[in-house]
Amino acid sequence: MSTNMNRRDFIKVAGMGAGSLAFATPLFDFSKGEILAPDTVPGMYAKRTPTYCEICFWKCAGWVHTNDEGKIWKLTGHEDDPHSNGRLCPRGTGGVGMYNDEDRLKTPLIRTEVGGVQTFREASWDEAFTYIADGLKKVGEEHGPECTALFSHGSGGKYFGDLLKAFGSNNITAPSYAQCRGPREVGFFATYGEGVGSPERVDIRDTRCLVLIGSHFGENMHNGPVQEIAQATAKGASIITVDPRFSTVASKSKFWLPIKPATDMALLLAWMHVIINEGLYDKDYVEKYAYGFDDLKAHVATMTPEWAYGLTTIKPEIIRETAREMANASPRVIIHPGRHVTWYGDDTQRLRAVAMLNALLGSWGRRGGYYNPEKVKFKNYPHPPFPKPTRTWRDAFPGKYKLAGLSLASGICDATIPTIERDCSFKAWIVNGTNLIHTLPNQANTIKAIQALDLMVVVDTMPMEITGYADVILPECTYLERYDNIRVSPHREPTLALRMPAAEPKYNTKPAWWMAKGIAEKMGLGHFFPWNDIEEKLDWELKQVGSSLEEMKRLGVKKMDRSYDDLYPMENLEDFEFNTNTGKIELYSTAMEDEGYDPLPKYKAHEEPPEGYYRLIYGRAPMHTFSRTANNPNLTDLMDENSVWVNPKVAKEWDLKNDQYLWLENQDGVVSKTPIKVRVTERIRFDSVYIVHGFGHTNKKLTRAHGRGASDADLITRVHIDPEMGGTGMRGNFVTFRFEAGEEVSS
Amino acid sequence: MRYAMAVDTLRCVGCSDCVVACQTENDVPIGHCRDWIVEKTTGTYPELQLEIRSERCNHCANAPCVRTCPTEASHYAEGGIVLVEESECIGCKACITSCPYDARFIHPEGYVDKCTFCIHRVEKGQNPACVSVCPTHAMIFGDLDDPNSDISRAMATRKWKSLIPEAGTDPKVFYLI
Repeated sequence: MSTNMNRRDFIKVAGMGAGSLAFATPLFDFSKGEILAPDTVPGMYAKRTPTYCEICFWKCAGWVHTNDEGKIWKLTGHEDDPHSNGRLCPRGTGGVGMYNDEDRLKTPLIRTEVGGVQTFREASWDEAFTYIADGLKKVGEEHGPECTALFSHGSGGKYFGDLLKAFGSNNITAPSYAQCRGPREVGFFATYGEGVGSPERVDIRDTRCLVLIGSHFGENMHNGPVQEIAQATAKGASIITVDPRFSTVASKSKFWLPIKPATDMALLLAWMHVIINEGLYDKDYVEKYAYGFDDLKAHVATMTPEWAYGLTTIKPEIIRETAREMANASPRVIIHPGRHVTWYGDDTQRLRAVAMLNALLGSWGRRGGYYNPEKVKFKNYPHPPFPKPTRTWRDAFPGKYKLAGLSLASGICDATIPTIERDCSFKAWIVNGTNLIHTLPNQANTIKAIQALDLMVVVDTMPMEITGYADVILPECTYLERYDNIRVSPHREPTLALRMPAAEPKYNTKPAWWMAKGIAEKMGLGHFFPWNDIEEKLDWELKQVGSSLEEMKRLGVKKMDRSYDDLYPMENLEDFEFNTNTGKIELYSTAMEDEGYDPLPKYKAHEEPPEGYYRLIYGRAPMHTFSRTANNPNLTDLMDENSVWVNPKVAKEWDLKNDQYLWLENQDGVVSKTPIKVRVTERIRFDSVYIVHGFGHTNKKLTRAHGRGASDADLITRVHIDPEMGGTGMRGNFVTFRFEAGEEVSS
Repeated sequence: MRYAMAVDTLRCVGCSDCVVACQTENDVPIGHCRDWIVEKTTGTYPELQLEIRSERCNHCANAPCVRTCPTEASHYAEGGIVLVEESECIGCKACITSCPYDARFIHPEGYVDKCTFCIHRVEKGQNPACVSVCPTHAMIFGDLDDPNSDISRAMATRKWKSLIPEAGTDPKVFYLI
C-alpha cells in the first residue's frame, strides 16, 4: 500500500505480458455477430459486429468487420446512425489501431518498492481488486466515502461511477465540463433554461449562415457538424469564421475575421449593437419570447463597431457587413456555441453573449437554427437506492462557482491538496480513460494533488503518463473488445446504439463493467450490481423500451419515433414557456443577477503577451483526439508530431526556419519538456502561435508517441477561473522561443 | 467504360479519412500509403486561399508506368484502371521513376504497390473505400462514358483541373475547384 511510500515516483509502465494470468473461460460468446456473405476482399469471409466509437465523444455508431480468422479488419459507419450517417471520421476508421497497438496495458499492475526503488509488479485481478477494495474501505473509515472521487472520460466510467455511488460518494467528474464545454452549458441555460448538450442541437444541415467563433470544424472532426457543414455550404449557406488562425473551415468561409485573441466579447457586443440599432433583429420573436430587450439595447448603445475595431482589429465595415449577413439569413442562422470554450475566465459571459445573439436573430427552436433534440426515455436495471452522501466537492468551495451544473475535475484536483481551511479533501481517486497529466492545466498542481492521495487507481488501455502515478493500474480492453452501456443520445430523432465485443480481449485486459462489479463484490457492495453479466443487464434495459439485446445485435442502431412533432418548437411563434425565472428567453439574466453575477455580459480587457512573447493557442488535428490517439499506429502514421505555427514576420524576427526544432518557454519560465518543429505560415496572426494539443508524451512506453512534438499542457501554468462555474480558462498563457532544452524534468 | 474520380477541393477538409480507410481496406502496411493529402496555401496574411486535395494514382490513359514496365506487370485493367500484377513485378522501380505523381512505392514484400481504385469493390458495384468513407462526400467515382453518372455530371457542371497536364498522361483523377 502506498502509505509505506512517502512520495509517488513516476514509474514508466512496462508493457508486461501476462498470458499465464489470463482467465481460462472467455467472457463473451463471439459467435453472435452477423455473418455476411463473402465481403469485399476476395476469398475472405467476414462478420460484422455493431459498435459505437470511443475515440472521441461524438460516439458514432458503426460496424466492426472481422475476417474468417476472427481478426479485426476494418471499421465502417452505420447507415442508420444520425451521428455518422454511415461514415466514420479518420479516427473512427483508424480505431482498429487502438486494438492492434502493441504498447497497450496488458495486465493488472500494483506499485511496490524493491531495494528502495518504486516499481510495478504484475498482479492477478483478484489481488488488484482486494488491494483497491481495502484501500477504498480504509479511506472510507478514516475520512468518509465522500473523500473518494472518480475522473472519467470514457464509457466504462459509468460503472466505476456506480461503484462510487454505492460506496457513498457523488464526486464523479469529467474534464469535459470545467476544461471544455461547461461555460457554454451555463451560458445557454441562463438564457434559455436549457443547455446545448452533446451532440450539439445545431441544425447546420438547414442553416443559411453559420458563425464559428474559434471552432475549427474539419480539424475538429466531430463527424455530424463536419458532414452538415459540407451539405449546407453546397446548398449555398455562408460561413463566417472568427479565428486568429486561418483554419481549414476559415478557408471555406465567406468571411474570415482574424480577430485579436481574447477580444471576442467586444465583437459579440458590437454585432448586437448593429443588429439592434439597424433594426435587424427578429422583432416578433423577441417581443414574444424575450425578457430584457430594452436593458440590452441600453447596455450595447455605445458598443459600436468603431469601439470594437480598436479592440478586435476587425474593421467596422466588416463587423456591420457580417451582422447583416447573419440577419439576412435569420432565423436560419447559427452563431455556434463551440465546444472547448474555457479560454479566458469570462467564458460563461461570452457564451451568454453568443446565446443572446442567437435569440435576437430568432434562431433558437427554429429550422436552420437550434432544434429541439429528443432521446429515448431509458430505464436502467434496477438496483437498491444509493446511500446519500453528506458532503460533495462543492463543500470545498463555499460561495463559489454557484452556477456549475456538473462537478469540476479541476476543482476536485485542487481540493485534494490539503489546506488548513478545507475540510473536504480527497484521499482516493479512480481515473478512467483520462490522462489527467495532459488534460488538466497546471501539471505541477495535478502532481501535487496526486502526492496527497492514499490511493490512486488508473483504468486505461494505454500506458498514458497518468498511469505512472498510480498505485494500481487496471488494463481495460478496448471498445472493440467489450460491451458498454447502450448509447442513448439526443438528436433530431431518438436512437439507441449497441457496442458489443467484436473480438476476444487481447492480453489480460477486461471491460470496465466486469472490473467495477468485481471490486464492488469485494467491498460487500455487490447488491448494487444485481445482474449476473452485462448481457442480462442490457437485455432487460432494452426490453423496457421495446427492443432486446438480440435485436440490437442485428440492428446495431435502432431509430425510434419522436414523442411529439416539436423539432422546431418556435418555428411559427408557438406559445412556449422557457425554464427560466421569467419563463422567457432571458436577454437580461435574472438568475445571474440573483447569484451576484453580471446580468448582461461586459467586455473585460485581458492581459496581452509581453514583448517577445506570443499567445499560446492550441487546437486539434482531424486524425487525433487529445493525447489518447497519439500512439495509435494508424493515426500516428498520418501525423506523428505537432509543430508550432509561426507567422513569417515572427519567423524573420527570430530567424526561424521551417522544420527547425526549438523549445517553447512560457511567461512563468516553464519550458516545454520536449522540442517542437517550426512551421512558418501565413495562416496565423503575428501575436499568437498555434500548436495541436495531445503531443509531447514523456512515457517511453508509448513507443511511437514518446518525445514526438510538444505538449501545450506543459505550458498552461496560468489558469483564469470562470467565477460563475469554475471553468479553467487556458488561453492566457504566452510563450517565447528557446533554442536549448530546459532543466531536466523528472516525470 | 472509363473509370475516373473527381475530388471536390471545396468540400475536402483534408481529414485523411480516405488515407486510413484505404490502409485498412487494402491492408497497406503502416508507413506506406496509396493516397495522401496535399494542402496548398497561397496569398499573404490576411488575404489567403487554401486548396486541399486527396491525391492518389491518376490512372492515366497514357500511363508512363505502363510504358516503362519491362515485364508488363503494370497494365490497364477493365475501365482503364491501372494495376500492378504483383507476381510479374520484379521491383525494378522504372515505373516509380516515370510516374510524375509519385504515386507508387515498393511494398515491403518487394513488389510495387499503389492505388487500385479498389477494383475488388468496384467489380461488386461498390465505391472505392476512400470514396465510401469521406465524411464530406468530397469524392465522386464513376464512369465517364456514362453521361448520367455522378462524375460525368459533376465534370459538366463544375470547374475542374487535373494535375500536371503538361506531362501528357491523360489522368483520370480530376479536381473540382
